[in-house]
Amino acid sequence: MNWLSQIFSVAFFNLRTIPERKGAAVTAAIGIAGVVAVLVSVLAIAEGFRRAMTGSGSPEMAIVLRSGADSELTSGLSRNDVRMIADAAGIARNAQGPLASAELFVIINLAKRSTGMDANVPLRGIEAQAYDVRGNIEMVQGRRFERGKNEIIVGAGAARAFAGLDLDRDLRVGQTTWRVVGIFTAGGGAADSEIWTDAAVLQPAYHRDDNFQSVTARLSSVGAFQEFKDALTTNPQLQVKVTRLSDFYAEQSTFTTDFITKIGVFIAGLMALGALFAALNTMYSAVSARTREIATLRALGFGSIPVVFSVLAESFALALAGGALGALAAYFVFNGYTATTMNAQTFSQVTFAFAVTPRLLLLAVIWAAVLGLIGGLFPAIRAARLPIAEGLRET
Amino acid sequence: MKFFGLIWSNLKRKKLRTVLTVLSILVAFLLFGLLSAIKEAFTAGVTLAGKDRLMVRHKVSIIQSLPENYEQRVAQIPGVAAVAAQSWFGGIYKEPKNFFGSIPVNPEKFLAMFPEYQLPPAQKEAWQKMRNGAVIGRTLAKRFDFKIGDRIPLTSPIWGQPAGQSQWDFEVAGIFDGEKKGTDTSGMFFRYDYFDEGRTRGKGEIGWMSVRVKNPDQIAEIAKKIDDEFANSPYETKAESEAAMIAGFAQQIGDIGTIMMAVMGAVFFTIVLVAGNTMGQVVRERTEEIGVLKAIGFTNELVLGLVLLESCVVALLGGLLGLGLAWLLTLGGSPVPSMLPVFYVPVRDLLLGAGIVLLLGIVSGIFPAVQAMRLHIADALRRHA
Repeated sequence: MNWLSQIFSVAFFNLRTIPERKGAAVTAAIGIAGVVAVLVSVLAIAEGFRRAMTGSGSPEMAIVLRSGADSELTSGLSRNDVRMIADAAGIARNAQGPLASAELFVIINLAKRSTGMDANVPLRGIEAQAYDVRGNIEMVQGRRFERGKNEIIVGAGAARAFAGLDLDRDLRVGQTTWRVVGIFTAGGGAADSEIWTDAAVLQPAYHRDDNFQSVTARLSSVGAFQEFKDALTTNPQLQVKVTRLSDFYAEQSTFTTDFITKIGVFIAGLMALGALFAALNTMYSAVSARTREIATLRALGFGSIPVVFSVLAESFALALAGGALGALAAYFVFNGYTATTMNAQTFSQVTFAFAVTPRLLLLAVIWAAVLGLIGGLFPAIRAARLPIAEGLRET
Repeated sequence: MKFFGLIWSNLKRKKLRTVLTVLSILVAFLLFGLLSAIKEAFTAGVTLAGKDRLMVRHKVSIIQSLPENYEQRVAQIPGVAAVAAQSWFGGIYKEPKNFFGSIPVNPEKFLAMFPEYQLPPAQKEAWQKMRNGAVIGRTLAKRFDFKIGDRIPLTSPIWGQPAGQSQWDFEVAGIFDGEKKGTDTSGMFFRYDYFDEGRTRGKGEIGWMSVRVKNPDQIAEIAKKIDDEFANSPYETKAESEAAMIAGFAQQIGDIGTIMMAVMGAVFFTIVLVAGNTMGQVVRERTEEIGVLKAIGFTNELVLGLVLLESCVVALLGGLLGLGLAWLLTLGGSPVPSMLPVFYVPVRDLLLGAGIVLLLGIVSGIFPAVQAMRLHIADALRRHA
């Protein structure tokens, strides 16, 4: 009998006998399923959050803040600054002029629908060009707000998460009453968690005189960024910081995604250790329960390598089954599950959907495979080293 | 405990299996300890919040400022014992990732409002004499190895830098300790007069106020009085108890609690299954022996007790080691001070953990133990014949 066919026949024989050891096999598989499910679901939170934040940022857009500001909240630009920025080279134009929108960014407190507790919601004042600057704004319900009126439109994520953000409802914030005239989406990006209104109406309501916080602009091409940036940073009248919108949002989300990812990997790592011990236990007892069987195989002339492979095959199969179970469970329970959390950098709520991506599923399978291999390796070596005579005598 | 020798040699019979089982339980409870430390970091503020303190902020949101004179107007409201204004400075130390809270305050009023921050009297005096003086918490001092007399340069994107300077320059006048374990000492406080003089934007504005009421039972009424005082002004306020404010803030981070519980559930399900299965196997392997024990006069109850005790020993060994390890690890302080300012396993959770350890021992042992108890001697002895 050749070597390879030995491996296959012993491995098949082994896999067929798994049902004999149902309890132990299921234990090992479920242990690994648990690890994988925890890993995938925690990383899905981080992934979903990152997606919500970066989905809105195209490299063809740029955001201008006051130099030194690390977010829109801490930035400030005067009417004069804003005018100079909009006139700079590198900005795309349409019939109405340069595709730039000077914006205000404030935070208001609204009650969450789920808990009734107050949370911070971003309220953005925009200019008329903002829709064309972003290019992905679609009204799902109602219409855009009319300029100069106390009207707001609400991102779909915010509308889902916060009480009072329904179409045609009045919303009182401080001294001002706003009417919700539309619900919009921005392709699942950060704007989905925001409320928008006319910057000119928001300024007096928030005592901002004629000041803005940021300018968002569409560039004439991806490559025009440097030209735009140079035009602004070399202008001695301006002290501003220019960032590609994609980089800006990536930076805005790092704090929270890093935190979630670190904790998630740490917890899953610890659990993996626990599951590894469980898998080792299972495989060791599987080997010891089959001592006589293995010794018989060896006595019949099977080599030790096929025996090692057969034990590895068993633990590998159990681990993959467990991993698949865990990953699927995470997928069905969590994929698309929407939640809100606070983004540490903007101090306000971001609504996002957990994203179980193919990359995460692959990662899950890899973790399971590694656990299965390590969990099977040592017991396999023990099985191969069993002295035949003693093994046959074992009860 | 005359049977302890018997249990011990049973455990030693398959050393590897016992060690692996103990280790997997250890890992589970290490995780339990660390998770409760994380959870505590998010919620400690609520339990430690002053029962007689209110927080008053702008009604629309905390980022909106209030006029400075609100401090005096609130102080005049009947039932209010003291007021201390604070602001969010948002200072950056070298890089944004070094984030820590930096807040301008009036030293006298601030220390009187928060007795949980314990500053030696000599350092307090030094602070009052030093215009650019700052006091920092113990956690912060450890994080960057700051000592008294050190200079801390900060830049503030919100308020700008003092005229002619590229950054704010603070000198450490004192280091305060927390009165309790959960007191947040990750931040820095400095003088409002120095702040207001130096800032280029928003002079005369404060961020929020802490208010001490004379009678904690009236806290809700006084909160309402404060809000009524400023109703229909351009700066309306929202006053709420400190605990409510902190709970609301923690809640904004999301359903951390729920997710943690789900993770814990998954962990425990796994561990109980593994331990239970291993114990069951141990007993099944020893059927004959249990028959012999019964044959020589061990009662059913004694057999039940022995098997249970064995599983409890395994659970306790792993569980207590795991909890101990978690406790030791958290002694080193927070791994991410900017996100989790306090990091320790509360005694309450250690006790809860110990309870769960015991429960795990009993639950995983009970089925095999009952099986062993019900075993007929003759069946047991015949099993391998």
